[in-house]
Amino acid sequence: MSNYPVLDQKDTRSGFGAGLHELGKKDPNVVALCADLTGSLKMDAFKKEFPDRFVQVGIAEANMMGIAAGLTIGGKVPYTGTFANFSTGRVYDQIRQSIAYADKNVKICASHAGLTLGEDGATHQILEDIGLMRMLPGMTVVVPCDYNQTRQATIAIADLHGPVYLRFGRPKWPVFIPADMPFEIGKAQRLIEGTDVSIFACGHLVWRALQAAQELSKQGVKAEVINMHTIKPLDVEAVIKSVAKTKCAVTCEEHNRYGGLGDAISQVFTTHTPTPQEFVAVNDSFGESGTPDQLMTKYGLDTPHIVAAALRAIERK
Amino acid sequence: MDGRGQDLFFLSNGHISPVFYSVLARSGYFPVSELATFRKINGRLQGHPTTHEGLPGVRMASGSLGQGLSVAIGAALAKKMNGDDRLVYTLHGDGELQEGQIWEAAMFAAGKKVDNLISTIDYNGRQIDGDVDDVLPLGDLKGKWIAFGWDVLETNGNDMAALLKTMADAKSRTGKGRPVMVLMRTEMGQGVDFMMHSHEWHGISPNDQQLKDALAQLPETLGDY
Repeated sequence: MSNYPVLDQKDTRSGFGAGLHELGKKDPNVVALCADLTGSLKMDAFKKEFPDRFVQVGIAEANMMGIAAGLTIGGKVPYTGTFANFSTGRVYDQIRQSIAYADKNVKICASHAGLTLGEDGATHQILEDIGLMRMLPGMTVVVPCDYNQTRQATIAIADLHGPVYLRFGRPKWPVFIPADMPFEIGKAQRLIEGTDVSIFACGHLVWRALQAAQELSKQGVKAEVINMHTIKPLDVEAVIKSVAKTKCAVTCEEHNRYGGLGDAISQVFTTHTPTPQEFVAVNDSFGESGTPDQLMTKYGLDTPHIVAAALRAIERK
Repeated sequence: MDGRGQDLFFLSNGHISPVFYSVLARSGYFPVSELATFRKINGRLQGHPTTHEGLPGVRMASGSLGQGLSVAIGAALAKKMNGDDRLVYTLHGDGELQEGQIWEAAMFAAGKKVDNLISTIDYNGRQIDGDVDDVLPLGDLKGKWIAFGWDVLETNGNDMAALLKTMADAKSRTGKGRPVMVLMRTEMGQGVDFMMHSHEWHGISPNDQQLKDALAQLPETLGDY
C-alpha cells in the first residue's frame, strides 16, 4: 500500500490564499473580490501586493457576483471569495443568470464549506453547495483535498475559460499531497491501488479515506482510494476502470448525500456499470455547532464510518 | 467581446427586449429581418436578452431583475483598470428598483467612486401588477439616489430632444467622483391612446387591428414594419 506521510497541518483556505497570491504575480488580469471576509479567505497577501486589483464589496454577495461577471467583459479573470454558503445558496440566481448562463469567466472560491466550519453552526455549514453548482450547465466544480492541492487548483482554474466553483474549508487538516504532484482538472487521482473496494472521496474526506484504507488493510481488505477532486466534469473513465476491478464502491464527501459526489458517481453506475455503492455523507440534515471532529463523528463522516461502509459494500457484491 | 475602447450598454430590465433588439438591428448589429424570429425556437432573439446564442450587441443575460447595475459596475471597474476612458450605460425599470441587489450596487458605485457609469431609469410608474405606488411605492426616488451619493438628473423620457440634452449633460458629469443617474419620467404606451395611463400593456402584444390602430397614431413608425 502506498504511504502518504503527513507533511504538515494547514487549512485548505490558506492554500487558496497562497495560490491566489502566486497567480496575481503571474497574471495581471487576475482580480480578486471579497465580501468582508478577506482574513478568513486568506486573501490578505493578494490585497497587499495588488491593491488596484482587489475589490472589497462589503457584505453584499449578490452585488459581488454581478461585479465579477462585469469584470470579465473587460478581459479580467475575477476570483470571488466568501464562505461557501454565501458563494452559492445566497446568490444562486446571480450565478445562474449573470455568470453561468452568460458564460462569464468567473472563479467562485468558497471557504468554510461543510461541517468542519464547526462552532458557527448550521447557518454557515452549507452541505448542498456541490449539488447546486453541479446542476448549472457549464459550471466546473472542483473540491481539492488539502493545502497543496487547493493551491494547485486555484492556479489551474485560471487557465480554464468558463465559470468554476472551487470549494475548500476552514480547519487545519493534514497536508499529504506532495506539492509537485501533477494536478489536472477533471482527472481523478488514484492514491492507493486496491482490488476489493473502490473508495471515491473529495475534499477533507480524502484524508479520512486514506486512513480507512489503512484500517481495512489490517483486516486484509485491499481498498483502492481515488481522489475525485473534480466533481464536474467527472472522470467517468477512472470510476469505471476502478470498479471493473473492485466491483463495489464507497463515496465520501462532506456534503448532503443528495446532489454531491455520491450522486454523480451513482449516475455513472446506473448508466455504465451497475455497482453496489455505499454513501458516506450527511444524511439529509442540517449541521449544528461543535468542533469539526465531533461533527464529523456525529454525522457519520469519520474513518470508522468509511471502514464500515466499505465492508457493507463488499458484502453486497 | 471585451469591449475595450467602446462605450458599453447593459439592459437590466430584460423584458423590454423588443425595444433593445429593434435598436440593435437598426444600428447594424444584425439584420432587421431577424427581428421576425423574436421568441421563436432556434433563434438568437430570446424572450429575454442573452449572450448565450451569440447575438451581437448583447453583453449580458438579463431578465431576472436587479442584476444589471452590478454587472455594469464590474465592466466600469474593468475599464478603469484597463485605462479605458469610455463609459458604461445602464437602463432599469422603476419596478425593478424593488430588488435589493440594486441598492447594494447603488451603495457600491457611489462609495467606490465609479464615475464612468451613467444609469437611467424608465420611471413610468407602472409594473405588472399595477401602479408602482400601489404595488410597493418607491418613495422619494430622487432623494434616495442622492442620499446614496449619486449625481442625479431628471428629464422627460418621452421628449427625445430633452432626453438627448440630458444625456449630454450626464456625460459631462462623468469623471468627477460620482456615478450619474438619469431619472426619465415616461408614460408607458406614449402616443397610443388605448395603451396610455394603464399598466395593462406591460406584458402583452397587440392583435393585428390594435397594431394597425397604434401605428396609425404614431406617424414616425409608419412603414417600418
